[in-house]
Amino acid sequence: MKKSEIYSFKGLYRDDFKVTGYEFGEGNKTVCIVGSLRGNEYQQIYVCSRLIEKLKEIEEAGMIKKGKSIMVIPCANPYSVNIKKRFWSIDNTDINRMFPGYDLGETTQRIADGIFKVVKEYKYGIQFASFYMPGHFIPQVRMMKTGNENVDLARKFGLPYIVLHKPRPFDTTTLNYNWQIWDTEAFSIYTSSTEKIDKKSANLGVNAVLNFLEREGVIEYKSVPFFPSKVVESDKFITIRSSNAGFLDSIAKVGAEVHKGQIIAYITDPYTAQVLQTVKADHDGVIAFAYDSPLAYKNTALFKIIP
Amino acid sequence: MIETISDIVRFPLPVGEDFFIKRHRFEAGDKNKKRICIVTGIHGDELEGQFVCYEVARKIKKAAGKLSGIVDIYPAMNPFGIDSITRGIPAFDLDMNRIFPGNTDGDMNEYLASEIIKELTGADLVLDIHASNIFLTEVPQIRINEVSANELVPLAQKSNMDLVWIHGNSTVLESTMAYSLNSRGTKTLVVEMGVGMRITKEYGEQLTSGIFSLMSELEIWQGDVDNIKSPIIAHDSDGTDVCFLNASCTGVYIKEKEYGALVQKGDLVGRIISPLSGDVLEDVRAPEDGLLFTVREYPIVDEGSLMGRILRKKVLLENKK
Ligand SMILES: [Zn+2]
Repeated sequence: MKKSEIYSFKGLYRDDFKVTGYEFGEGNKTVCIVGSLRGNEYQQIYVCSRLIEKLKEIEEAGMIKKGKSIMVIPCANPYSVNIKKRFWSIDNTDINRMFPGYDLGETTQRIADGIFKVVKEYKYGIQFASFYMPGHFIPQVRMMKTGNENVDLARKFGLPYIVLHKPRPFDTTTLNYNWQIWDTEAFSIYTSSTEKIDKKSANLGVNAVLNFLEREGVIEYKSVPFFPSKVVESDKFITIRSSNAGFLDSIAKVGAEVHKGQIIAYITDPYTAQVLQTVKADHDGVIAFAYDSPLAYKNTALFKIIP
Repeated sequence: MIETISDIVRFPLPVGEDFFIKRHRFEAGDKNKKRICIVTGIHGDELEGQFVCYEVARKIKKAAGKLSGIVDIYPAMNPFGIDSITRGIPAFDLDMNRIFPGNTDGDMNEYLASEIIKELTGADLVLDIHASNIFLTEVPQIRINEVSANELVPLAQKSNMDLVWIHGNSTVLESTMAYSLNSRGTKTLVVEMGVGMRITKEYGEQLTSGIFSLMSELEIWQGDVDNIKSPIIAHDSDGTDVCFLNASCTGVYIKEKEYGALVQKGDLVGRIISPLSGDVLEDVRAPEDGLLFTVREYPIVDEGSLMGRILRKKVLLENKK
């Protein structure tokens, strides 16, 4: 394991800003894994730390194939993590809206550039990503539907779901999109949480990467739990929204199978506890996303169901 | 003249409060009257437009007989942001000017964006007033995406601003309100002026004169119009008209030149200092001759922070021709 500094600059009254990478094996730059790009992505850092722990073992056992190297960057933004702020400390910009970056531009453009120069050299790129809404996800691999996405490659993670989504205007400035533009096969892995550490789904995330590395011939490793993946397009997800604002009393959990008509939550009046909405599944399916803040606005996506 | 204040959207929030966006409408004249919309507060920390809304309303009320059309004023498109000194939409950590055209069936914010588009579409002119951000002061200017330059530049010339900056398109900009409206055939001018969290009265007055000039152009206003200045026009689709001053290190920025200054190559524009060591970390010098039209106000800079923008001399010369 080699530890290296990917990007840094001097702080004024804080320690230097540093992005750290961990490299395993030697030779062709094969797989790069990126954890948190935002200050609240604790789970994404945690998954990387568990992966680094595993890869260290694997490397020490001589099980990384000759001529292949792997890079893990657990956190692209320690400054924001340490002050518990989601975006950049001073100007609130999002590093994951700055790719491919610009070395003469503003601070977060420079950070994005510094990271991208390193990560774009790899054949495969894997990002542990988070969703902008508070909630739990069913573990999944996400790929942008650009026309040349390779779904069979995504099956090598052995996660239960592969989700394809169409890029929206802001996606063009994300790491994942730019990886693809620069000819790296890119995947986003969603484990179930962001601001809370979920060990079980972190373990799934680590195993998914190990499965991929093994099936791509990067490491020799005895297989870990492997699922045949179901491929779903994200616009086929059925969104169940709140028709009222109030407190959310959620009954169904992510991963649960639900039936049409089944009660999955209530929206209640925060002052009187009166039930304002009985939320029912309007399709048979599996819950892929569940919102988990007690405060529900009108029209909030409470659940997403895979039919 | 009929004057009404109404909600363009209203719905309940989770705990004991309704959310709404207000519109102040002035209406006079016969059937085929034209409509201008004055929009501000999409970014909650940009307040320059607040004074403009007040001034426009005040002047219309003072000479109500001169109105022959519709003037709609929307002083707060992001009321949560204005209430909490937040640029984006608090609770969602979302830039409201990156969610257009929205979606009626989407979440609260997507729904809001779609209602705003519905409300403004079909107006003869929309003015979206921004105030840079809390870091930078901008001379009063109109920003135009090159894709709508032909339709918008003639109007921008009547708006009494110092500068019209025609910039290249990028995919990200397609989610702004102005892009959504312009692509639907509703002409929308984006104003950037002053600085976040502050009101620069003289800029407000300058833009107010510009708005009455535009109203007169659209035949919504029959009253007198102030003398309108002709702006410098930068056709900058290829991005070669402006040079950017970015900090080479982290420190405290002390400005030495004010916005609007003509600078020569080598002039000291500002300095980055270290209060801890008592040293100058960087002398920030103008890399070229030109007009300093953006200056940094907020002193703390990170490596890369923008400290200023200079409009290159070649643009000033082209405009003199
Ligand atoms: Zn703005």
